[in-house]
Amino acid sequence: MEIHEYQAKAILADYGVSIPEGGLAYSPEQATYRASEIGGERWVVKAQIHSGARGQAGGIKLCNDEREVWEAADELLGKRLVTHQTGERGKGVYRLYVEAAVSAEREIYLGFVLDRSAERVMVVASASGGMAIEEIAARDPDAIVRVNVEPAVGLQAFEAREIAFAVGLDASLVPQAVQMMTGCYRIFGELDATMLEINPLAVTGDGRLLALDAKMTFDDNALFRHQDVSELRDKSQEDPRERTAVDRGLSYVGLEGNIGCIINGAGLAMATMDMIKHAGGEPANFLDIGGGASPERVLKAFRLVLSDENVEAVLVNIFAGINRCDWVAEGVVQALQQLDPSVPVVVRLSGTNVEEGRRILADAQVPVITADSLAEAGTKAAAATERSAA
Amino acid sequence: MSIILDETTPVLVQGITGRIASFHTAEMLEYGTNVVGGVTPGRGGDTHCGVRVFDTMKQAVAATEATASVVFVPPPFAADAIMEAADAGIEYCVCITEGIPVQDMIQVKRYQRRYQHASRMCLIGPNCAGVISPRRAMMGIMPPHIYERGPVGIVSRSGTLGYEAASQLKAVGIGVSTSVGIGGDPINGSSFLDHLKRFEADGETEAIVMIGEIGGLQEAQAAQYARDHMHKPVVGYIAGLTAPKGRTMGHAGAIVSTVGESAAEKVKLMRECGVKIVKLPSDFGTTVPKVLRR
Repeated sequence: MEIHEYQAKAILADYGVSIPEGGLAYSPEQATYRASEIGGERWVVKAQIHSGARGQAGGIKLCNDEREVWEAADELLGKRLVTHQTGERGKGVYRLYVEAAVSAEREIYLGFVLDRSAERVMVVASASGGMAIEEIAARDPDAIVRVNVEPAVGLQAFEAREIAFAVGLDASLVPQAVQMMTGCYRIFGELDATMLEINPLAVTGDGRLLALDAKMTFDDNALFRHQDVSELRDKSQEDPRERTAVDRGLSYVGLEGNIGCIINGAGLAMATMDMIKHAGGEPANFLDIGGGASPERVLKAFRLVLSDENVEAVLVNIFAGINRCDWVAEGVVQALQQLDPSVPVVVRLSGTNVEEGRRILADAQVPVITADSLAEAGTKAAAATERSAA
Repeated sequence: MSIILDETTPVLVQGITGRIASFHTAEMLEYGTNVVGGVTPGRGGDTHCGVRVFDTMKQAVAATEATASVVFVPPPFAADAIMEAADAGIEYCVCITEGIPVQDMIQVKRYQRRYQHASRMCLIGPNCAGVISPRRAMMGIMPPHIYERGPVGIVSRSGTLGYEAASQLKAVGIGVSTSVGIGGDPINGSSFLDHLKRFEADGETEAIVMIGEIGGLQEAQAAQYARDHMHKPVVGYIAGLTAPKGRTMGHAGAIVSTVGESAAEKVKLMRECGVKIVKLPSDFGTTVPKVLRR
């Protein structure tokens, strides 16, 4: 689960990381009021969307007086920002964060990620901050410092000191850096974060370390034990189709193609998409109906897939282990009878109760194109879209 | 021979009294698996699915001399169950549970390091279909009728793709020595490499099918091992050629986030290491016969 910058900063502050003074605003009036509360002479108005690279997309405005704050807020609120991370539709701006502008003498990169190979949390830091870590890695790979943390004892002060010195911090700033890094590591462990990034981390002229931007993601599987983190979910930032899928217990990823996929198992779902592509088609989505899927869940999957206007054919591919082909077949029959889709439907059933499933489809006399193997499923689905386009 | 389990392996079911565990315990028993008991804290002394229930793994192991366990415990408590199995001296633990928090798996992996490598429990999964040695025994949730006994070892992240491979092989008259599902989580117990080693040492296995997907670097490490240390042919497939970068494709671990994690990169590296690539997931049945010595 992703959260907004202002939410991430509030968590950082709770764990002893210094942040610039700032406040949330839902209207231009509120934004100017926040600016006057914060005081000073320059402010940044920042669009709160779940994406990086907001600056290039015009989502961050530097303002020199309260009138400029009002205008920036007026322009940003309600706008859809498109970045290279959001896809073409972009993300809607419904919240702004107004912050005191900070002039940084230096900008540093600090990140905490999961290192899958080491099976540990890894601290990543670089003396050159302010750009994406991929960019830093491409320009100056040797400038990146990486430290794996021993989970039994957590991040130690000496490790944090080594990182601080390695990125060239002045000795007077090292104690602040140590406190900051140990705080971040505690966030990672205590709140089940999966990624935490402070970029840039500013060194100010008056000798402070301030988190100017912050990003955090959390482990969906651990939300059961973090009610406070769950409450930070902002549904306005999620793809409406994916949001519906989550609420229905389906795993769905929207794509750009025209063949809707209803499949069991993540591996088979990816493989079926590859099959479709090979046969000359384009998958419209990834969808895993999960194990033990009831006819109702299959019907819901159909509703979701057909809600995508680009879909010109549907492919149901099931290799049932803990699923049952007869239940899936019943769901397919209900979907065809209740939703009456105008696009062709290709069905391939295999595994548990396959004979019963095929009999249900045949008895219902619904207009499905049946396929006996994975190869046939892919070619028939691709051929079906060509026919429906003709 | 087979790897990990056969019809004599004494198996415990952790969380045996749950609805899903009950169903699969009955299936495992029917298939011939030597299920000797189960564990549900607070239900010690009961009989469930025809076997004894214990309160703790230590009690269960002491009474039954079990060497393997299969975990059906819900995600918030699954890591605890795995560590309990390790502490009770279990050799092979299969965890079916999907949705264990990553931090919990970090703890599990750290906990396992208390034991010397030689005596360390082998964890299979989590979030996997389990292990089957056809016509001998199974610890998992797979449909057993799609497997025939024979000379091919299967190791797969995905459950359903493992089924797909086994059934395509059966259709062309080729059987399986053991099929292992290692699961789709970002941090899992045993890796492709661990099981390639076992298959290389197994007398019955003549060739290995390795089924990977996007995310992580385990397939690459396994392919390098196959090149440097193995004599048996390895056939490989990677799912997710069409998966977009940065999106999680169902499995928590199936995400391309860094260099080397995409399907195209993995396929290239595996091919360079001499792994015979299955280009399409419909081609297991046509590719495997080519590498088997007849």
